[in-house]
Amino acid sequence: MRYDDPWYDALASGWGELDGTGVPADVVPPARREREEGAMVAADVYLEVQRSAAFQEVRSRYRRFVVPAVIVFLAWYVGYVVAATTAPGLMARPVAGAVNVAMVAGLGQFLTTFLLTWAYARHARLRRDRAALELRWDTQELTRGVRGGTS
Amino acid sequence: MTGDHQTLALLLFSAFVAVTLGITTWVSRNRHGSAEEFYAGGRLFSPMENGFAIAGDYMSAASFLGISGLIALFGYDGLLYSVGFLVAWLVVLFLVAELVRNCGRFTLADVVAARMNERPVRIAAGTSSVTVSVLYLVAQMVGAGSLVALLLGGKSEAAQAWTVIGVGALMVIYVSLGGMRATTWIQIVKAVLLLGGTITLTVLVLVRFHGDFDRLLLTAAERSGHGEAFLAPGLKYGGDWMAQFDFISLGIALVLGTAGLPHILSRFYTVPTARAARRSVVWSIGLIGGFYLMTIVLGFGAAAIVGPEAVRGSNAAGNTAVPLLALDLGGGANSTGGTVLFAIVAAVAFATILAVVAGITLASSASVAHDLYASLRRRRSEPRSEVAVARAAAVGIGVVAIGLGLLARDLNVAFLVGLAFAVAASANLPVLLYSLFWRGFTTRGAVWAVYGGLIPAVGLVVLSPVVSGSPDSLFPGVDFQYFPLQNPGLVSIPLGFLAGWLGTVTSAEIPDAAKHAETEVRSLTGAGAV
Repeated sequence: MRYDDPWYDALASGWGELDGTGVPADVVPPARREREEGAMVAADVYLEVQRSAAFQEVRSRYRRFVVPAVIVFLAWYVGYVVAATTAPGLMARPVAGAVNVAMVAGLGQFLTTFLLTWAYARHARLRRDRAALELRWDTQELTRGVRGGTS
Repeated sequence: MTGDHQTLALLLFSAFVAVTLGITTWVSRNRHGSAEEFYAGGRLFSPMENGFAIAGDYMSAASFLGISGLIALFGYDGLLYSVGFLVAWLVVLFLVAELVRNCGRFTLADVVAARMNERPVRIAAGTSSVTVSVLYLVAQMVGAGSLVALLLGGKSEAAQAWTVIGVGALMVIYVSLGGMRATTWIQIVKAVLLLGGTITLTVLVLVRFHGDFDRLLLTAAERSGHGEAFLAPGLKYGGDWMAQFDFISLGIALVLGTAGLPHILSRFYTVPTARAARRSVVWSIGLIGGFYLMTIVLGFGAAAIVGPEAVRGSNAAGNTAVPLLALDLGGGANSTGGTVLFAIVAAVAFATILAVVAGITLASSASVAHDLYASLRRRRSEPRSEVAVARAAAVGIGVVAIGLGLLARDLNVAFLVGLAFAVAASANLPVLLYSLFWRGFTTRGAVWAVYGGLIPAVGLVVLSPVVSGSPDSLFPGVDFQYFPLQNPGLVSIPLGFLAGWLGTVTSAEIPDAAKHAETEVRSLTGAGAV
């Protein structure tokens, strides 16, 4: 098995130091060490983690939020663009004063973008971050384990 | 434009150039020359810093001057651009930012090549990244040439040419000496300057109308000569069905293109974790959204205060609407206030262009050195030499961009930007999404997805009315126009996705389940992320 993959390249200097976020700096991810003997086993680790209930939970939480959200905002945006080009009469209908349907829809796009950003960030922070971080350490522990414990 | 404007504007330009060169020397005083440092700035930026830098990378002169100019001339239709440019960030935030930060190292190709046979995928993704970057770069250089020459009053060919050469030389210096760290700080300084200038002008416009947005709109509509139609879509893109398709095509390219822009993707690697990448995107959405909201006020303000005839008289495309607005808001052409505000706006526009070209040059030199050179050379060598290649590539790309910028200086800037977005959405986005989310994706699928989007996108532009067959085209004398739309996105983006699917289902290669597991686990948890 050859390792031309950049992930397995020789280390550049300066990484693994404190990352400035308050979280302890990452330990050297083991994938880069002792690549010869641990290779096949490391691949099994990722398969095993992928099959684990904890990972499936993180993945489905991510997808349950992202898939509907992407469909909703893309449909709303494409609908807006199509309406603006093909139905100018509807868009020109006045709402209040100089503000018409088009202006409300345009500012509505800004508003929904901000709201979805907030909702995504909140969802990720509360429902995903902790579980993902635990999985990260567990996975790195496992890959280190199969390499003989030194890192 | 009088001599006072020019002197002051030149003074502010020089100050900005001096500050940025100072930043470049300061950050490169103790560099190690590692790839990590050159491409990713050591990955030590905070989410807020990176958020400002992303916003700085994204808010180009095309947005600041172009969109407000379009609003000043065509009313509501200009606003459609700002909506597309902003909504695009949801694609980045939801599907790309964190996952790319977790799986990649420096470039888009890192993410794709991890699962595939590395060499062909890296060459394909590197080629498309360089193509997108060069198109975007040429757009900015053309903008720099025409705008700075115009703002400085020199309308001669020579002034434009020297501006393009000067901008090219400066960006090469920033990038090759300072790498990502210098580029990021230049973006941050520029973003602060641009937002400061925009906020000042917006407040002045709103004060002029006593905070009454309704009256601002009504005055703009009245002054435009179009009445109510100025506030509704249709003035620019309302023509025949072809114009409508063209606009829908542009709208789709804008919303899907951002997630495929190499200089935006490379920004996520400058922060330590995926969580930090997410927070920097949240910052940048706030900054960019606020900025585009203000350009709406500036655009309608320019229509109401300066008037579309005066704007069109100065620059047919409307690019000088904001400087003219600044002149008026400051107290008129011969007042000190007007002179100062005008000079500030001119200097901010210049800073904007300079910072954006630096960011793109860095990203494309990374693609050349890390993807193309690393795959095409015979033997593997030390990472240190890759950085040397990247520095040389920055010089080479600078020369190419200067050359193309001089050749293409009569092309419309907004069109070139729209084209870069269309190519990014067709060639880079399908392969990126497939490799992150599709278990069965194969090497052939990846290569086909890239070329299947890149070749139609570029080919359709060559066959479009932009290049030949109409009085406004690049070669008005000849006619090989076979494709009616100016923006190829509506056709080439689906083709990119289709080619990726087709390549995958026809290839004999059995997708590596372990590699897919690795990509999926890494992308969602950050295990083993650099």
